[in-house]
Amino acid sequence: MSLTALAFYLFASITVFSGFMVIASKNPVHSVLFLILAFFNASGLFLLLGAEFLAMLLIIIYVGAVAVLFLFVVMMLDINYTEMREGFLQYLPIGALIGLIVLVELIMVVGVWQVAPEIIGTPAVAAAPDLTNTEALGAVLYTQYIYAFQAAGIVLLIAMIGAIVLTLRTREGVKRQNISQQNRRTPQTAIEIKKVKVGEGL
Amino acid sequence: MVEWLAGLYGGTDAAWFFSIITWILVIVAPLLVGVAFAVYADRKIWAAMQLRRGPNVVGPFGLLQSFADGLKLFIKETIVPAGANKGIFILAPMLTFVLALIGWAVIPWGEGAVLADINVGIFYIFAISSLGVYGIIMAGWASNSRYAFLGGLRSAAQMVSYEVSMGFVLVTVISYAGSPSLSELVHMQSGGIWNWNFLWFFPMFVIFLISAMAETNRPPFDLPEAEAELVAGYQVEYSSMAFALFWLGEYGNILLMCALSSVLFFGGWYAPIPALDFIPGPLWMIAKICFFFFIFAWVKATVPRYRYDQLMRLGWKVFLPVSLAAVVFYTGWGVAFGYIGK
Amino acid sequence: MIAFLDRTARSFLLVEFVKAMALTFRYMFKPKTTLNYPYEKGRLSARFRGEHALRRYPNGEERCIACKLCEAICPALAITIEAEPREDGSRRTTRYDIDMVKCIYCGLCQEACPVDAIVEGPNFEFATESREELLYDKAKLLDNGDRWEREIAANLAQDAPYR
Repeated sequence: MSLTALAFYLFASITVFSGFMVIASKNPVHSVLFLILAFFNASGLFLLLGAEFLAMLLIIIYVGAVAVLFLFVVMMLDINYTEMREGFLQYLPIGALIGLIVLVELIMVVGVWQVAPEIIGTPAVAAAPDLTNTEALGAVLYTQYIYAFQAAGIVLLIAMIGAIVLTLRTREGVKRQNISQQNRRTPQTAIEIKKVKVGEGL
Repeated sequence: MVEWLAGLYGGTDAAWFFSIITWILVIVAPLLVGVAFAVYADRKIWAAMQLRRGPNVVGPFGLLQSFADGLKLFIKETIVPAGANKGIFILAPMLTFVLALIGWAVIPWGEGAVLADINVGIFYIFAISSLGVYGIIMAGWASNSRYAFLGGLRSAAQMVSYEVSMGFVLVTVISYAGSPSLSELVHMQSGGIWNWNFLWFFPMFVIFLISAMAETNRPPFDLPEAEAELVAGYQVEYSSMAFALFWLGEYGNILLMCALSSVLFFGGWYAPIPALDFIPGPLWMIAKICFFFFIFAWVKATVPRYRYDQLMRLGWKVFLPVSLAAVVFYTGWGVAFGYIGK
Repeated sequence: MIAFLDRTARSFLLVEFVKAMALTFRYMFKPKTTLNYPYEKGRLSARFRGEHALRRYPNGEERCIACKLCEAICPALAITIEAEPREDGSRRTTRYDIDMVKCIYCGLCQEACPVDAIVEGPNFEFATESREELLYDKAKLLDNGDRWEREIAANLAQDAPYR
């Protein structure tokens, strides 16, 4: 067994295991941490496939930013475990039903899946070996898929603006710091020097 | 570098493996000693600027102070708080320490003298530094302490915020180099100080340095520790070696950022004037790292700590727009005048 | 308009940071203001109130006459004295303890003493590794007196004109 195969089995088994632990662990913070471990090992799998750019992006974006916010939110949760178990039986039938439906659908989808016969045996490596996959991705993303790319950007922008609009409110009577105004203050505008006579005061 | 040593060992798979291990030791062992002296230098510079003497008792000029501190921490007991989440509590400092070390794999020390010359080197370092937040946030949560938790949350928000503008700085520089490989970035700056990036990308250089300080929780952005309000933030429950690992990790990260700054903006292993190129590259690299570390210590001694909302304002309302505008400007300029996409 | 440009330029060029950095850089080469403590020490006043000592007369006779004025005046109740007549009939202490942990170094015992027996000497480096070592007994105090007599006498002589 070569080192690559060893690495593949290591990454793959940890990914599957941590994926399972995401739903199996009782503590939601542990779940998120296992999710992060799954992301991390998935990026290891990308590396083995030769997609190093995607692997790094997966870590930078998902692990470095998105999952941090997940963790942020989950850590803030105040979960009462006994209370959580109380409702478990009550929701069990409907939960089991949904799970069953999803399972059946998955079986149906996978059952009719057909792999194109000519794709088997072709390697998953990019056609031009001298092209790094950063360049290859960029070349495709900004030419062939430019509209989809821009549309995705606009969707994200709209989502961001929407979130800001929904939460932005201007309240009256709240003191706010205006830093440029503060920096503009000079001794002339801020203080007044007076000569106080002895025994008199102002 | 790896090939050469593997050839020396016999060229088999095992030789390859042992060659990598050897180089890791060659990089990590001096690095850890360097971290010890960096802590000493930091304290000494800080003291000098405040008209103090700094550590001067252990060894000549106090040079062995860090080793004495390390020894003291080593022989202390590791205390795990009763309410702590034990596994994560112990995992967090190890994670911080390991992440501070593995970034050094892609730092080029000279022509071809790099452990792993991967062609996404800069993204690799960026990914590693973005992972650094987990050590802190896990420590903060697992300690089961209010101070630690607040410190962890602060650091999470802070590091995520400053990564954004730092990413834009990196994008600008690598768009000119034409490759995210660190060796390529250095090659682009060959031929003397007037070719170094910091002259042509000066605003980006400043933004990068300041973001690097925020990213490594250095003063003036050391809010996750903030001993005045949070006693020591995420480290408050840690003792002994666990604490030492945080300390080593923190300074390892700072040195990594110094190394990255010198690779990105200060011509990596090249001499400032080509006539001095006979001095080997690693020495130039070390000199530049020391220079940047001095800047880090200098800023620490000069600037008071930011308030948290001011920190966020600086990151999102100043650096993000400025770096975005700079990306558009620099790449536009480069495409218009043919520097990019030759 | 010019003021606005000036302000903007100043804030974007980080003028104030650069100034501050230049200042700290200059300070780096200034002489240090701190003492290199264990090797250099600051000057002590003749009235410095440090570690206690019981003095003796030049002929070796202890000064303390067990009047218990110091015990009475001590605001921290740190002093404990027991006394009985010696064989020669003079009144002497059999026990003179100072709890240095309680002591607040106010110097009232020294002021109260009619024979200048209990004094606070110039020694301030008497840290110990255990609490028990700070519970001083008569032997320890007399020993201190013997050790520091020269300095204590000089200090008392120097301060005498002002009393």
